[in-house]
Amino acid sequence: MKVVLRNPRREVEVAGGRRVKDVLAELKIVPESVLVICGDELVTADQVVRDDDVIELRPVMSGGSGEIARR
Amino acid sequence: MKCRKCGERASIELRRHNAAFCTPDFLEFFKKQVREAIRKHRMFTTGEPVLVAVSGGKDSLALWDVLIDEGYRTSGLYLDLGIFDYSLESKAKCERFAAARGVPLIVSTVAAEVGAPVPTIKEVTRRPPCSGCGLSKRYLMNRVALEHGFPVVATGHNLDDEAATLFGSVMHWQTDSLPRQSPALAATHPKLVRRVKPLYRLSERETAAFAFLRKIDYIVDECPFAKGATSIAHKEILNQMEEASPGAKHNFLFGFLEKARPAFERAEAVTLNECARCGQVTTGTLCAFCKLADQVKRAVR
Repeated sequence: MKVVLRNPRREVEVAGGRRVKDVLAELKIVPESVLVICGDELVTADQVVRDDDVIELRPVMSGGSGEIARR
Repeated sequence: MKCRKCGERASIELRRHNAAFCTPDFLEFFKKQVREAIRKHRMFTTGEPVLVAVSGGKDSLALWDVLIDEGYRTSGLYLDLGIFDYSLESKAKCERFAAARGVPLIVSTVAAEVGAPVPTIKEVTRRPPCSGCGLSKRYLMNRVALEHGFPVVATGHNLDDEAATLFGSVMHWQTDSLPRQSPALAATHPKLVRRVKPLYRLSERETAAFAFLRKIDYIVDECPFAKGATSIAHKEILNQMEEASPGAKHNFLFGFLEKARPAFERAEAVTLNECARCGQVTTGTLCAFCKLADQVKRAVR
């Protein structure tokens, strides 16, 4: 199956026929740090993805200047 | 995995709540958390005009979307930082969002106000880019709100932002920063507007899920200057802790707000003055923004 990663955008092939959480573990991605998107839906960690699926792991983290308000 | 409320297939699992939700029930859960934040901290009323600071990212656009949906009188404020294609794309997303919903968007340009865009400020000051950027944002948000008659500015800071900031402050024991860490900062001077963070009860993953499920067109790519930022490193550490112990971020932040912050608040006593140059609020004679603008103008002259 194909996994689309972002920042920078790239694609990797991994084995399907297993749960999303197993795919994340193989790629060493903390589940809290991404949305798992298949088509136009979100999928949960227990869902099984097939060999012909394409999933996007969209990072949710942003940051930089959003520090505490200094007045 | 099934939705806790209706039993349909879940779209998202929230381990810290030991729950999973289908799309409609998650969207309602999200809005309920925003309502609770606004109510608990008396952030604003439906009668007040609210200036929503938007960056084109998931958090600020999700916030604006909820506030419009809840019937608040909102306008957006986009600060053009001048960061190459990133700023062009994020500005376009804010403009499209506002146009599609028929709500006003104010645009303020950092280069016009400071004398140069963020990449030049970074070169001139030789400090991390997030430093000059953050300072300019905070200053301009307050000044634009005052100039346009908004009593309150709402920002898209989420639970992860707040927990990471707290983590950074505690790591360095910045006791002067701790009292200012709050979901709602009051207007403690006639030239300061209220600053509120209605998303502070929601994690970064939850705001991203909300934006995705609401089909909000937000900028997914990271700011090119955010790579290596300390706040990102702190978020990664906190996410590791969250993985091992769901609810860790929530407990860290909410425990501080409820139990520790009042003690630091009592200890803080700051005298506020008006900047001799621009009249905005500062603790010194000349505000940090005017000092930055002087430095930039000398360098680019």
